[in-house]
Amino acid sequence: MALTQSDIDVEIKDLQDAYDKAVAGGAPVEHHARRDYAPYRSSLLRHPKQPLVAVGGGDPETVELSGPVFGVTDITEHDSDLTLQHRGEPIGERMTVSGRLLDRDGRPVRGQLVEVWQANAAGRYAHLREQHPAPLDPHFTGVGRTLTDDHGRYAFTTVKPGPYPWGNHANAWRPAHIHFSVFGSAFTQRLVTQMYFPGDPLFRYDPILRSVTDEAARDRLVATYRHTLSRPGFSLGYEWDIVLDGPSATWIEEGRSA
Amino acid sequence: MTERLLPTPSHTIGPFYGHALPFPDGGRVAPQGRPDAITLHGHVYDGEGRTVPDALLDFWQAAPDGSVTGAPGSMRRDPSTGGFAGRDGVGFTGFGRVPTDADGHYALHTLMPGNAGLPYISVCVFARGLTHHLFTRAYLADGTDPLLDALPAGRRGTLLAAGGPHRTYRFDIRLQGEGETVFLEFT
Ligand SMILES: [Fe+3]
Repeated sequence: MALTQSDIDVEIKDLQDAYDKAVAGGAPVEHHARRDYAPYRSSLLRHPKQPLVAVGGGDPETVELSGPVFGVTDITEHDSDLTLQHRGEPIGERMTVSGRLLDRDGRPVRGQLVEVWQANAAGRYAHLREQHPAPLDPHFTGVGRTLTDDHGRYAFTTVKPGPYPWGNHANAWRPAHIHFSVFGSAFTQRLVTQMYFPGDPLFRYDPILRSVTDEAARDRLVATYRHTLSRPGFSLGYEWDIVLDGPSATWIEEGRSA
Repeated sequence: MTERLLPTPSHTIGPFYGHALPFPDGGRVAPQGRPDAITLHGHVYDGEGRTVPDALLDFWQAAPDGSVTGAPGSMRRDPSTGGFAGRDGVGFTGFGRVPTDADGHYALHTLMPGNAGLPYISVCVFARGLTHHLFTRAYLADGTDPLLDALPAGRRGTLLAAGGPHRTYRFDIRLQGEGETVFLEFT
């Protein structure tokens, strides 16, 4: 028996109500997604049941307080413009996405790698195992990468991805999103996430977005439309800042974790 | 104390990162022709003991001389074709990335890390169904270590890679259930 959207809606609502009630009663706000989130069925067998083990603050020999570095050899100029990677123009609503990569103290993370991947305007990935019967676009792969600049800023030119169906339950649809993979100055700050577009009617139905049970945290995954970032006659502008969690060597040097 | 920004929540990597994140030579961190190269390899398993064919593993480690500054060049690009050029075969970046294969297996070819204390390779696990990545460590030797020594005896072994022939080290990752790998949080 296939699960319906209303089955999933009930599960999502119960978990949301329980979380909201707990926070109202003084429980800590959860800034990240739940690893164990039953409405997202694939999480059931893939989350640890044992608590995470804390690796103590402030040991400068902890290898994870530093992290990989990337440089000019690791990217080309075309890597950040997903509309220029083929001979023709991709179909879709052209847009630019930019923002800053920051640590939790608001300091820019400079020269670090930002990777993105996304479906095309029809909601299809250029991935062989993708089964959604929407058209492939011969002029769009949907993969980009760039390095943040001295202000921690990144920018991509692309087309707006379409929403797409998936197999979690009957009539499951993902809101339009761009996948982001980013590095901080420390391996502890590693982040893979997804950016959404404002006002998407699919938000409330999506177990992946709702696995972030805190509403304010979910809102941090939604880009802002910025008319000042729109380029006349060319593209619509969206702004999305990314804030990395986790300690880094600089953070330890400043005595923050002692 | 300044007001700290709230973090951007994590999300699953999903099923369709395969044409985006893996890159040629991602698992060949050791420069070519090094007789002292080692291979860290193993399977990733889910809570029912089935292999996970759609996980992605990022690796980070100290260089053999102990430095943790890393180096660029893990994913060198070819500006004439726009494709990947592979590593330069000389430098050591400290960073590797390997997707599990259809059998849920991965292999990382690298050099023995020279970090202080017991040598270990840090692993960050991503997968469809995993809403937030998981950190762990593959220790390449046993001995006194603040993290290992603090673990219950029954779990310590999950972080120890088992030495095999031809400088191989086997390190399986169990996401859930019996023999569940110790996963870490950095505070
Ligand atoms: Fe997606």
